[in-house]
Amino acid sequence: MGYTAAMITELGHFALILAFAIACVQAIVPLVGAQKRWSGWMAVGDTAAGLQFIMIAVSFAALTYAFVVSDFSLRLVTLNSHSAKPMLYKITGVWGNHEGSMLLWVLIVALFGACAAWFGGNLPPSLRARVLSVQAMIGVAFLAFIIFTSNPFLRLALPPLDGNDLNPLLQDPGLAFHPPFLYAGYVGLSMTFSFAIAALIEGRVDAAWGRWVRPYTLAAWVFLTIGIALGSWWAYYELGWGGFWFWDPVENASFMPWLIAAALLHSAIVVEKRESLKSWTILLAIIAFGFSMIGAFITRSGVLTSVHAFANDPERGMFLLGITAIFMMGGLTMFAARANVMQARGVFSLSSRESMLLVNNVLLGVAAFVVFVGTIWPLVSELFFDRKLSVGAPFFDKAFTPFMILLGLVLPIGAMMPWKRGQMRRALGKLIPAAVLAVAVLGLAWTLQGGRSLLGPVGLMLGTWLVAGALTDLWSRTGTGGVSGRIGRLGRLPRADWGKAVAHAGLGVTMAGIAGVLAWQTEDIRVVQTGDSFELSGYTLTLNDVRQQDGPNYRATVADVALARGDRQIATLQPEKRYYPVADMPTTEAAIDIGFLRDVYVVIGDAQDGGGWAMRSYYKPLANWIWGGALLMALGGGLSLSDRRYRVAAGARKAAVGARVPAE
Amino acid sequence: MRRLVLILCLLATPLAAVQPDEVLDDPALEQRARDISKGLRCLVCQNENIDDSNASLARDLRILVRDRLTAGDTDDETVEFIVDRYGEYVLLQPRATGSTLALWLAGPAMLLIGAGVALGYARKRGRAQPEDARLSDAESARLRDILDQ
Repeated sequence: MGYTAAMITELGHFALILAFAIACVQAIVPLVGAQKRWSGWMAVGDTAAGLQFIMIAVSFAALTYAFVVSDFSLRLVTLNSHSAKPMLYKITGVWGNHEGSMLLWVLIVALFGACAAWFGGNLPPSLRARVLSVQAMIGVAFLAFIIFTSNPFLRLALPPLDGNDLNPLLQDPGLAFHPPFLYAGYVGLSMTFSFAIAALIEGRVDAAWGRWVRPYTLAAWVFLTIGIALGSWWAYYELGWGGFWFWDPVENASFMPWLIAAALLHSAIVVEKRESLKSWTILLAIIAFGFSMIGAFITRSGVLTSVHAFANDPERGMFLLGITAIFMMGGLTMFAARANVMQARGVFSLSSRESMLLVNNVLLGVAAFVVFVGTIWPLVSELFFDRKLSVGAPFFDKAFTPFMILLGLVLPIGAMMPWKRGQMRRALGKLIPAAVLAVAVLGLAWTLQGGRSLLGPVGLMLGTWLVAGALTDLWSRTGTGGVSGRIGRLGRLPRADWGKAVAHAGLGVTMAGIAGVLAWQTEDIRVVQTGDSFELSGYTLTLNDVRQQDGPNYRATVADVALARGDRQIATLQPEKRYYPVADMPTTEAAIDIGFLRDVYVVIGDAQDGGGWAMRSYYKPLANWIWGGALLMALGGGLSLSDRRYRVAAGARKAAVGARVPAE
Repeated sequence: MRRLVLILCLLATPLAAVQPDEVLDDPALEQRARDISKGLRCLVCQNENIDDSNASLARDLRILVRDRLTAGDTDDETVEFIVDRYGEYVLLQPRATGSTLALWLAGPAMLLIGAGVALGYARKRGRAQPEDARLSDAESARLRDILDQ
């Protein structure tokens, strides 16, 4: 293997440097071409975008190959892999570290650029050239970052016999695919940034621009949704106490772009359909990518201490901060200089869909701002006020939640308002059944739990209101007439309508799930002897046996816990405690009996001195709704993305462009 | 990298947090201890509360909280006792005093500003003339040309 592996690695290294050179050309030539109207120079962008992607793909494949064959002459492989590791985790180990994940990052940057080149045939050539140029500038910055500070292809003079293994916590399917989705989301926002800057250079934002930008925003948001949900689900089952969100700086770093992307994809609708909110949408597009880069900076610089701390290296931190500063200052300066050329055309009254989408944007924007301030406040406070303090979950729970409650209350009304000029009363009138249902659920939940906190009932009420509101919205789109005719029309509604309803309902499901778990979960901690039983919220748990078992690269203590309700046996749960000798690390594998309305969550702990085992068990009502709702949101986004008007955008675009001859 | 491993160790050692021998017999008192623990930071961990943490310092703090409660302290007195010893850094929810007021007011203030700007914009759009109705100079000229022919 020696010679071939060495060759392939060097080829990958070379391809990476070549990609950097190509990106430099792609950043300059099409931009100049678009300015001078030289079509040959503009066309360079398309070729370069394709080539750059292929080169980075070659480089990424070479690194993957090195991981697969366990080439320990590569420093990165030695530090993060082991020959006995299962193949799946050898491959996912490629991005389970700083250098490899940055390579994945630029791969996705280049992929999005290549997509704009391959499928952007309906874009005006000058706009496409400029988009590709800006996208290449981002590529140049991050490729330089990799080559000069985080090169994955560095060699070891004396290769060791075996590697240090990937962190066992990362050897898990949930976490293995969490980073690629997140990166696709972060980087998808680079595309909307490129479109925004290109539009500022062109000096034109119209309905067609809104239509081109929206699929990228939507795709980025869907990827972020899935990525965040995977990470949260992983934390839930892996960390051993069923927490799903910790308001950790790195979680916040992915949550802020998600919130801004959600705002952006709604304001882009207004640009597309009503030609208003143009400069605001451009600003959001710039800020959204800014948050993506701040996220990369937070994760990789170590300025904010976090459970995720990736690679704490001041030099890398400075480099990333520099990239962020350059792109943000550049983008915002361009915005300040050119925003005035974008004239809004649409006219709308205070009670209209446009106004309600403004409310959506204000709430999401302020919510993201609260998360941002809370995340950086420890730093600000220490630097400027000499006050060392922490900002954690209790702060965010109090400061962030009210905006989400407001959003949930307003959403169904906004979704029903007509464009331009509508009557709030008519929208509210249609929503009366949904409102009555929601209030009934609130009352019922309040009575059943016997007072106490408002959290659970309010969460269920919002969930009901959002789901029922989404159904009402769908139903009202079928027009009037007989019920059977309307049901028939339901199936023929545009996919965008379905996507909207499904995503909004998903938000409701997630809200209900979060509130349900937080308000009504119960916990039990005790020492259990083998053969003993105990009660947990109406369930009986019996510890039948504890035994030792070996896995491929770990040793495990496995418990057999019988779960029963009354006389009925439900399941045998097998929580594990694993020990990975190479990394010298223990992990817990919780056993969860997953149900629609509740999870029963069992963890086995240490053997106790006086005999028996420490056990923690939880009853978690509605836990799965959290991720089920996220899945619905992603599905809604996907449905909307597959809407006919994006698939046949070419024809529609001609009409849109032809209708408005730019006065140049 | 070693630091990362250390951090993740602290985070994920099996059966993190409260051990059976720490739990108080009185459920009401235990519940108060849990609520207080959720607001206190494990000082050697990264952004974790002492209730979830497996670090030995977190265990010491949990036992300290329970000792104070059993001795008859109120919740506030217990928290005050720990803040006196370890500083404000130990609180996961910073107190809204002095410069930290800005942190707490940031959201509401931004909401007011955002709502104000949005309202101003919406009112302006409400009064604006639909631009589509008017022809640009170039369009008028073209229209004249067409009509003249």
